[in-house]
Amino acid sequence: MGLFLLKRLATLVVTLIGATIVVFGVLEVLPGDAALIMMGPDAAPEAVRALATQLGLDRPPLQRYFAWIGGMFTGDLGLSYTYSSPVSELILERLAVTVPLALMAMALTTVLALCVGIYAASHHNKLGDVGLMGLTQVGIAIPNFWFAILLILLFSVHLQWFSAGGFEGWGEGIFEGLKSLLLPAVSLAVVQAAILARITRSAVLEVLREDFVRTARAKGLSNRATVWGHVLRNAMIPVITVMGLQFAELLAGTIVVENVFYLPGLGRLIFQSISNRDLIVVRNCVMLLATMVVVVNFIVDVLYAVIDPRVKASDI
Amino acid sequence: MSATAAPKALASLAFLPAPFLQRAFRHRSFALGAVLTFLLVFAATLSLVWTPWSPYEIDMAMKLQPPSTSHWLGTDPFGRDIASLLLVGARNSILVGAIAVSIGLFIGAGLGLLAAAKRGWVEEVIMRLADFTFAFPAILSAIMMTAVFGAGIVNSIIAIGIFNIPNFIRITRASAVAVWSREYVLAARACGKGPFRITFDHVLPNISSVLIVQITIRFAIAILAEAALSYLGLGTQPPQPSWGRMLAEAQTLLYQAPLLAVFPGVAIVMAVLGLNLLGDGLRDLMDPRLARQR
Repeated sequence: MGLFLLKRLATLVVTLIGATIVVFGVLEVLPGDAALIMMGPDAAPEAVRALATQLGLDRPPLQRYFAWIGGMFTGDLGLSYTYSSPVSELILERLAVTVPLALMAMALTTVLALCVGIYAASHHNKLGDVGLMGLTQVGIAIPNFWFAILLILLFSVHLQWFSAGGFEGWGEGIFEGLKSLLLPAVSLAVVQAAILARITRSAVLEVLREDFVRTARAKGLSNRATVWGHVLRNAMIPVITVMGLQFAELLAGTIVVENVFYLPGLGRLIFQSISNRDLIVVRNCVMLLATMVVVVNFIVDVLYAVIDPRVKASDI
Repeated sequence: MSATAAPKALASLAFLPAPFLQRAFRHRSFALGAVLTFLLVFAATLSLVWTPWSPYEIDMAMKLQPPSTSHWLGTDPFGRDIASLLLVGARNSILVGAIAVSIGLFIGAGLGLLAAAKRGWVEEVIMRLADFTFAFPAILSAIMMTAVFGAGIVNSIIAIGIFNIPNFIRITRASAVAVWSREYVLAARACGKGPFRITFDHVLPNISSVLIVQITIRFAIAILAEAALSYLGLGTQPPQPSWGRMLAEAQTLLYQAPLLAVFPGVAIVMAVLGLNLLGDGLRDLMDPRLARQR
């Protein structure tokens, strides 16, 4: 287990270093003059030079790169060009919306997918299975932002149960905060749950055919006890793999859905920063999201090894 | 007929391949997927020669009209015909999907085949590169490119294309490695064929079914990604119609014209559903073992 962890950890570090090089290269070196991009082509050359000096863009790229990496450890990610405030503060503020949203969506996805997947597998080829799998096919095809618009149309425009967007902040109370995030989380979760439900169903069906399941039934265990006690743990490997990939999708999805609901999260910050050409904010936000994706994949790899010891044995 | 001849005759009948199309159209997923995909391609092709109204013509006197005989699906806030916009939007989706999937297919499948043929450090480097690309979902790549080069259809195509590459690398490598371990590849090597010839003569034809299925699935994902990027204003730019942009415009008018937000979404769902069902159907038809397992 120790060697396996070390190997995965080394891959994680190399991937993160590679990601910083790509992000820095694309957003700072590739454009040539980043200050000109930020101020636009009509800006006065003096103003562009002043901004370049203010942001330290007149220093050699390598020096800037290491300054940025060093800043990640000290929490100094630079100053936002448009907000005139530290980028780390801006990001922390926005994470208070994005992280609960992504976690809420992931929790909803998991519950919904496991219920549907296990039910469908237990009723294989019956009406419930066929109907649910048909619904999941449609669910996979629905763009999350369109589903979000439909939810607004139903619950905000017609029924007026929820506001059509916005977030009052956690200061208004946890219930109010969660209520503001519920529709966005549902719109993110339903699509992902459709994918995960199909994977769960296939995985459970696969395990249900195993000999040890027949043995469990032969010794008198009920269907429910067999599924919960023996089948689920063995069926979890593909499910967890997909969940890891889905968390990355959910994080990317928050960028779109936060814009549908005008939520002041990380996605909206990125989007506003693109409009304002605030490359420093974009650079740090993209890096943060890429880091989250890589770290989640790392956690998934480690979870495999915990659930199925054969994984680490074959990997060492 | 003797006792041994009868089972032999039955076995030979069972293995007689039924005509592919006949089998295909009896397969519900494939049939429905093929019909929906045909509708998408037909709409896109039709829009090249005919649309009910010009999708670029602004007529403020006709803005936000409900569906009628002259405007089948109504008009948008600029008086443009929704049906015409949807037809041209189909063309846009197909264009983005085709180019983005081609980028993923040629680069990804090429690298996957190389990894399987060379193994060792070449394979290790390619696979780690694929893992690394997974750190950047399409939307993150598009954001970076838009921040530097500005929003546009070309940047969104490149971003979606890059996003497709690691998927094709993984699928191709896994399938190709399996083919490389088969006896007929060993025989080809014994005949003196090099890795390049073996890849093109034996490996590629044997993994083509896997790639075809993957193309349909990635095409559907590309349509979804393009719609999302256009919705955010990072993809297709006006006046070029796009389903994603239509939804972004419709969202500002949810109270006045809710139907505006329905039609483009239905178009996206039908296109993506069609391609997904087609992919599922093709997988079942090309590998019946999988169909039995499902």
